[in-house]
Order: sequence, then structure tokens, then C-alpha cells
Amino acid sequence: MTAEQARTLLAERLPGAQVAGDRPMVVTVPPDAWVPLARLVKETLGCWFFSFLSAVDWKEEGLEVVAKVDNADDTLSLLLKTRLGPGVTACPSLTGVYKGANWMERECYDMFGIRFEGHPDLRRILLGDDWAGHPLLKSYPVDAPHPPYR
Amino acid sequence: MKDAPRIVPVWRNFKDLVEWEQLHQKRSEGDKHSDLFVSLTEGIHNFPGGFALTTVADTFLNWARKSSVWPVTFGLACCAIEMMATFASRFDVERLGMVPWASPRHADLMIVSGTVTIKMAPMLKRIYDQMPDPKWAVSMGSCANSGGPFRHGYHVVKGVDRVIPVDVYVPGCPPPPESLLNGLLLLQDQIAHFHRTGKRAEPTPKVD
Amino acid sequence: MTTAASPSRVEIDYTGSERLTMNMGPQHPSAHGVFRAILTLEGEQVVGVDAVIGYLHRCHEKLAETLTYAQYPSIASKTDYVAAMTSEFAYVRAAEMIGKIEVPKRAQYLRVIAAELQRVASHLLWLGTWCLDMGGALGGGATIFLYCIRERELVLDLFESLVGARLLYGFYQVGGVRYDLPPGWPEKCRETVDLIDRRIDEYQRMLEENPFFLVRTQGVGVISRELAQEVGISGPLVRGSGVNFDLRRTDPYSSYEDFDFRVPVETGGDCYARYRVRMVEFRESLQIVRQALDRLPEGPVSSRPGLKSVAQVRIPKGEAYARVEGARGEVGCYLIADGSAKPYRMKWRGASFSNLAVLPHIIPGHKVADVVAIMGSVDPVFGEVDR
Repeated sequence: MTAEQARTLLAERLPGAQVAGDRPMVVTVPPDAWVPLARLVKETLGCWFFSFLSAVDWKEEGLEVVAKVDNADDTLSLLLKTRLGPGVTACPSLTGVYKGANWMERECYDMFGIRFEGHPDLRRILLGDDWAGHPLLKSYPVDAPHPPYR
Repeated sequence: MKDAPRIVPVWRNFKDLVEWEQLHQKRSEGDKHSDLFVSLTEGIHNFPGGFALTTVADTFLNWARKSSVWPVTFGLACCAIEMMATFASRFDVERLGMVPWASPRHADLMIVSGTVTIKMAPMLKRIYDQMPDPKWAVSMGSCANSGGPFRHGYHVVKGVDRVIPVDVYVPGCPPPPESLLNGLLLLQDQIAHFHRTGKRAEPTPKVD
Repeated sequence: MTTAASPSRVEIDYTGSERLTMNMGPQHPSAHGVFRAILTLEGEQVVGVDAVIGYLHRCHEKLAETLTYAQYPSIASKTDYVAAMTSEFAYVRAAEMIGKIEVPKRAQYLRVIAAELQRVASHLLWLGTWCLDMGGALGGGATIFLYCIRERELVLDLFESLVGARLLYGFYQVGGVRYDLPPGWPEKCRETVDLIDRRIDEYQRMLEENPFFLVRTQGVGVISRELAQEVGISGPLVRGSGVNFDLRRTDPYSSYEDFDFRVPVETGGDCYARYRVRMVEFRESLQIVRQALDRLPEGPVSSRPGLKSVAQVRIPKGEAYARVEGARGEVGCYLIADGSAKPYRMKWRGASFSNLAVLPHIIPGHKVADVVAIMGSVDPVFGEVDR
């Protein structure tokens, strides 16, 4: 599966997807096509290696969820992106497609507050369960006070 | 495992930071001895000429205490690797009598090596409380001294002395084993200053 | 369960459905760092694992938005603090990919030498602490620990004469490396490499002729090939389960394609297979170091001028994901730059974070003592897990 074949396949199966770049190939879809894209990429393009899933806070434009998958055998490398709109904090979960997304999505919830629908066990992973706020949002101050450790 | 035991953070017992810090200032009364022992040593010391006996006992007991300080292995982060290198063959710490021991109930010294985070701080206080008196703490590395390079992080405790009272601070990121050995030898000098066979030396008053 | 049928008779139910929740707390003697595993036990067998991490969350990603590209590489070492060179490598490579900054050939070879020596040092520590965990601190386990730390000290001496620091360096900078080789370093390096090669043979014979070691590692913690591909693990874990995935081959970076080395793949999937993979990786890393020293080209060590101010390096707008093959797997840095001296968003893909996610799948079914052996062979470093 070369990059050209992958591009044509994505164009015909998912017409709403924008594809750019070569290595990695950046594929941007709206949130409702997130899980179908992941399924297509895993089953048809053969991308079995789930590298990471994270989010970016573009301040007024909202949050964006980013995932990276690879097909190590054919050296095909894809960066999947989806923009949740301004103020939206819900996104469909990839745990049904990729098992490696489990902890990554928990960390995204912890740091950004994005609720992943369909995640089996969405709770905070890095911070304590009683932590208030989601630190990696741009609105969270760097040195937030937390009594009594200041 | 949703019904796993929850550990409540210890700092919730104190109503504010000032109360918490005052607990650390009253360190020298913290070492617990039985009343019989205290009254006996005070009696011998106050008896005319009795100070000779307590001084000799001091010298002997302090030598015994400082030559056999057992650290509890409390490696948190990068400094733990340097601590392990200190315990290993080139910078052997066992020649000073320090046998690293995993159980805090049998240990005298806690070398806090690595960054203390807000999630970890209650565990650290718990392990420190489980150690029997007399106990000492060495803060190893800049993260434990003051938060280090991560001082401005939201989840980092800015120095382990906000959680437990510290006797020796060893600077460095990470401090090479020579520095840690220097710190441990300084600790041994501190231990040699126990007087009246039970009271540790007064700490220098904290100036803020 | 006790049912009081009458005050003098108590019935106790021994059908084995008693489940005990045991906490393998954040402080435990298996020297791996702050990790809490809440084990659900039925007798001696583990039936469930809940891994609680985050005890070392040091806010790397938030701090990176406040530190410049010149300041951050030293902090980047503190993610994977056992193999610090590879963490810096990922960050610096990401910045160079966005800014399209060329790295001179000599700097690329020096980077490879540092990364491979760091892999050797990291595997030495892994072997020492794994055998220490399995053997006990004051018993036989301390033998291999002391030998391996002795060899690791030799490698750290090399780093100290090169960079000035033993454990956490600021060697990699955007555009190249910071220091050039001091005189006499290549000869000392070759001597050390030959010595380590001989000693590794000794340790391998010592371990593989030991029936206790074989019983504790063979058949324990089997990661099947399907599981390995599904969960996103990488590095020696996935190569021990039969998947040939090494970033130095699939996605060569920094002149790795100039070197001739073998990628070990074992099909066992158990702790013993991962041990064999790492033992071969030792030798291959030493081979790469020898080849790099032989062919080291002359030239500058950085394509950018020396740093005079912290805000000197500015990366134009863009994003990139750079990954390196660390000692534990794929260490990656996803960087979004916005034209200033500080990144807009930086995400660390820690190898150990994804590797630990495999634990709830493989530990159930084993005894409590095997948990220690499995954790050791997974080789987590909590700076990478919690960042």
C-alpha cells in the first residue's frame, strides 16, 4: 500500500476528508467521521501500530484531537486530526478500534477535559481523582496554587 | 477497580499552612522516649558530676547511631538512579554502615531522591510517619530541595521540606554520588551532636 | 464469609471465591519508581490489575510552552532519565524537522554514538535491577546488579568526559550537538566497548546456566503477537513477540542507514525472549559505536552558531512528529511551533506509557512473584510514563 494508493482510497471512501502531506500524511475529518476513519485506516490501510492520541488547544477555535498511526511494514505513516468546534468537549472514542487508545484518551480527558463517548473507563490517569481543572488548556495558569503546598 | 481503598491526603488534617509549618519547627521535642528513660537521664545529668556519665554515654551512643543509619529506599525519579549508583560498588555506602532497607519500620533515614508531586506527597508523609524515632531525612537533588527545574509546575511540591522536616539538603541535578556521600557524612556529623543521650541538636530557626 | 448459625458454631467458606485486593504501592523495593498496582488476588494468583500512575507527573508538557528551544533539551532528559540522550534526541529532531535545519554529518555521527552508548547504559541498568528484583536485595540478586553498575559507571565516565554530566545531559541542541570529542576520547571509548563486550558474555553465561533464572522467566508474561500489535507497544517488547519493528530500520534518521547492524526478533513473547532481544541489542549497539568511531567525518558539530541568548533559536510555524528508537521503544515528540522562541504545544509520546498499558492484559493468571519479573522485563521508567 503506497502513499498514492492510500490517498485514492481515502478520497473515495471518505469524501469529507482532507489529505495533505506525504510523511506523515495528515488526514483531517469532522468529528462524526472519526471512528469510521480509524476503522478504515486499520482494516484497509493496515495501520496496526497506534502511536499516540492527544489534543491541542487552539484558543478561540476550540480543541483538536490528534492521533498518529503507522503501518510499519509498508512505512505508511498517518496523522489523523479532527477539530471539535469552539466550546465542544465531546469526541467519539477510538477504543473500539485501537486498544492502545485507552490510556491515551484517559490522559486527554485528564489534561483537556475532552469526554470520549464510548470509552469503557474514563477517569483521570495522571492527576488525582479530586483535582479540579484541566491543566493543559491555555486558560489554566502554569503555576496554579494548590493548598497547602502553594 | 472502583472500590479500591482511597488514601486521604494527610494535609487535610491541618487547617492552614502556618499550622503545618509550626509542626516542623517543634522538631526537637518530636523524638519519643519513654518517661522513665527521660527522668533517669535528666536525673543523672543534673546530679553534681553526673554530666561526665551522660557525656561518655553520648559519645558512645552517638557513635553507634551514626555508624548504622539504615536508609529506606525511597527513590522517586532521576536522583534514584544516582542513589542506586551510590549504593553500588564504586561509591559503596555500606562501608559507612548504611544498608538500604525497603521497609520503613526498620529504617532510620529517608533519602528523598526525586521530585515530590502532589499525588505522591501523602504517601511520602505516611512512609515518614511509619519510621521509628530517631529518624532523619536527607533531601537529595534540586527537585526535593525546592522543586528544582519543575518548580513552576502545577503538580509539583516546591521542596520536600513542605511535607517532612529535612536535616541535610544535597544540591545537584542529579547530585553525583560524591555529593550524596558528602551529604551523608554531614548527616553523620549532625547525629554526633545528640546530647543528654536523647535530645537532638536544636535546628537553626527558620527565617522566612 | 462467616455465617454465625449459632453463637458457638461459625462456618467459614473456603470455596476460593475470596478475593483480596492488595496494593503494590508507590514505594516498593522493586526499584522501578513510583508505580501503584492494585492487584486483585485469588489466593496467590492475580486476577486483575489496576495500574495507578501519575505519581511523578511533573508537568513537562505545560512547562515546555514556557521554555525556549535552547532551554528545554536539558529538561527533556528528565523524561526517560535512564536513557536521557534519546529523549533529547526526539525533541531536538522535532524542532529541526519543522525549521528544516540541516545537521552536519559529524554531528549526526556523534548523536548516534551518544544514543547507542546510552542504550548500552540503559540496558545495563535494566539487567541489574531486573536481576535484583528477582533475586532479592541482599541475596544473589545483588551480584548481577553490582557487576552491571560497575560497567555502567565506565560508560558514564565516558559521558562525563564528553559532556560534563553523568546522568542528565544537555548534549543535543537544535542544529547539532553542543560539544566536540575531547582528545583521547575515541581510544578510551573503544577500550570500554571491548571490555563491556567481553563482560556481557560472562553475564549471559552466568544467567543462562542458572536454572532458577530460566524457570522464573520462561513462559512468564507472554505477549502474543496479536496483542503486541494491538496495544501500541514498541521496542524490545514487540520485538520479543515476533514483530520486526525497529525505528532505526523502518524510518531511519540521523544517518542510521550508514551502519550495518542486526535487529533481533524473538518469537517467544515471554520474559526470556525479551531478555534475549536486549542481550543481542547490547552487542549490536557496541558494533554501531565501533563503526561510527571508525568512520567519523570531520566537520562542525552544529549548523547553528553558538548560543548567546536563550531566545536565539526561533522555529517558524509548523508542526512535526519526530521519533527515535529509545531503549524502551518509540520515544516521540509532537511539536507545534508558532514562529516564536517557545513551542505552542509539545506532546511527549513516552515509550513506557504505552508499554505499561499492556500490563492489565498479561499479568492476570500469574502468581504474585511473577508480577515482579514481568514488571522488570517491561522495564518502565516513570519519567516517561508520567512526564
